Amino acid sequence: MTTVELVSPFVLEYAYKRSTGPVIGRFLTALRAGRIEGVRTATGRVLCPPVEYDPETGEDIVDFVEVGPEGTVTTWTWVAEPEPGQPLSEPFAYALVKLDGADTAMLHALKCGKDALVTGMRVRAVFAAERSGMITDLAYFQPADLPAPELVPVPAEHPVTRFKAPVHAEYTVAAGATTAEFLRGILRKELNGRRCPSCDKIYIPPRGSCPLCGVRTSEVVPLAQKGTVTTFSIIRIPFEGQVLEPPYAAAHVLLDGADVPLLHIVGDCDVDDVRMGMRVEAVWVEDLQPTLASVRYFRPIDEPDATYESFKEHV
Amino acid sequence: MSHERCAVIGIGQTKYSAKRGDVSMPGLLREAAQKALADAGLGWKDIDAVVIGKAPDMFEGVVQPELFLAGALGAVGKPMMRVHTAGSVGGSTAIVASHLVSSGVHKRVLTVAYEKQSESNAMWALSQRFPFQPPVAAGAGGYFAPIIRAYMRRTDAPDHIGMKVVVKDRTNALKNPLAHIHDPEISIEKVRATPMLWDPIRYGETCPSSDGACAMIFSSDGSEVANPAWVLSTAMRSEPMLFPGRDEVSPRAGRDCATSAYKDAGITPADIDCAEIYVPFSWYEPMWLENLHLFENGWRAVDEGKTELDGELPINMSGGVLSSNPIGASGMIRFAEAARQVRGTAEAHQVDGAKIAMGHAYGGGSQFFSMWIVGKERP
Ligand SMILES: [Zn+2]
Repeated sequence: MTTVELVSPFVLEYAYKRSTGPVIGRFLTALRAGRIEGVRTATGRVLCPPVEYDPETGEDIVDFVEVGPEGTVTTWTWVAEPEPGQPLSEPFAYALVKLDGADTAMLHALKCGKDALVTGMRVRAVFAAERSGMITDLAYFQPADLPAPELVPVPAEHPVTRFKAPVHAEYTVAAGATTAEFLRGILRKELNGRRCPSCDKIYIPPRGSCPLCGVRTSEVVPLAQKGTVTTFSIIRIPFEGQVLEPPYAAAHVLLDGADVPLLHIVGDCDVDDVRMGMRVEAVWVEDLQPTLASVRYFRPIDEPDATYESFKEHV
Repeated sequence: MSHERCAVIGIGQTKYSAKRGDVSMPGLLREAAQKALADAGLGWKDIDAVVIGKAPDMFEGVVQPELFLAGALGAVGKPMMRVHTAGSVGGSTAIVASHLVSSGVHKRVLTVAYEKQSESNAMWALSQRFPFQPPVAAGAGGYFAPIIRAYMRRTDAPDHIGMKVVVKDRTNALKNPLAHIHDPEISIEKVRATPMLWDPIRYGETCPSSDGACAMIFSSDGSEVANPAWVLSTAMRSEPMLFPGRDEVSPRAGRDCATSAYKDAGITPADIDCAEIYVPFSWYEPMWLENLHLFENGWRAVDEGKTELDGELPINMSGGVLSSNPIGASGMIRFAEAARQVRGTAEAHQVDGAKIAMGHAYGGGSQFFSMWIVGKERP
């Protein structure tokens, strides 16, 4: 087994749409107006940022209190090299700021020189010029003795009830030794399975171990590039991130000699002609890459359909 | 088996709908939990532990919900955990919570499962194009459609069976005010006229995308209420997604799960008065009827009306997943609706005299199964 690594980038991103509920909605609505609000619990503590439910009693929270805009730093950490997406592009501190009137501290960016940073320092909220009902409407804190930029009014709209929460995660996916070996075969237009030494079953795409027997698969078995459609679906629904133009046929293709079906596309024919038992062969793309997508699709061949009896144990 | 008993003493569900824009995610769960507390006549302080379940994280972009949601569920200072088994999660969450009671660890446990599909896109989450793969992923329907086709071929089932299931479930849903889909005009013709999404699955034969939450409260002695539902047995099984000879139409994990659930409850399938089973695509009713040993021929049972509300074995009296589908909660709704039947609190969709009911959920590529049998009489 080879040890050469085969990796591929994979990006996962989506903008979730959050409903705020009444408490967080009111907090964000106030931020948009350039004010900071906390909530008062049953025992009289003022929490900012607010929470929806009293952490001591579990009861609903209904009492709002304006806090700040000045406060005191209770602790901090220095960010010497800000990364994209962080609140400030110049070096800054992440600080916990207990706003005047609040009993809890809020985490936010603090814009000041490192030399000026000290626990207990007085700071003031600075609001962004453009505000839309997000936590970033409060742009950052700065030392309280510096002149604060004037608050730019934004038109009062309906209360904030929703915001977008984009996520973006970058992965580097490693194929692993067995899949890498299979994908290198693809570069030679080979479809190679692996056999389990215990039950003799042949897997394609190959697996490093047999899920039935729990033992390592050992032998590489070149498979025919022909097979049988055991079952399929016609994808007619359009959806976000779709690669192929619907309608198209997604099929279980049982390659001759294999014991598990390969999930792939059936092309080069009318989707309405696709049927169980149809005989097909692999069609390769011109620019071969180490991916099963280098098989563009499977296309029908001029052979009689396989009988249902011959493949029924595979569906 | 368990030493202590476990009784369902409180059930709470939100109304299921396409979008609950008026509440946050924690607020949605809290609504169901508060309804369950009210049903049991209890307050937050009466709960010893909280067990929650939700759909896979990408479905709504929330990881570690047990940290995020503790405050909304009165769980501060109490044990809290999250269970995670794909679409079956609502069922397995209820099972884990019930075991905390039946094992004698806690006296009263709150369990909640939820999903807010309006904040996300499950189809997107299930159609990722992963490296090295051909672009075949096309949501849950894309995965299950070939398996449904295989069932139709294997059993020579006529095409109208799936549509008949939809009409039955959505007719039942008209009697359930909490159901997402209320369509008084539902008919075979109406379902037939809807477009094929993943041939052979029509739009009209798929579950909706719902916001909603379901909660239950379990107790060791059931004395809090006059009509508890008693947990007679629980079972979970799993299996890999792909192996040679796998029966994807009737997975062995599902068959074994059912056998185990009946045996531990000391019953046979014939003793079950009604069942709520996980049917996100219409054809899964006849498929699961066979897999769960309820009928030898699932589609004939459907065709002969045996699973209708007044049939021999009513299935999905609440309208089922086909009428409401907050994915993370859908399994728990099945379990809770089974309990409502034996408590006699199912109102307009009550099966007269129901004494033993079954709840069922499945998830992944038919890889995770969870079931329970509940009864009116204390075991
Ligand atoms: Zn083996």
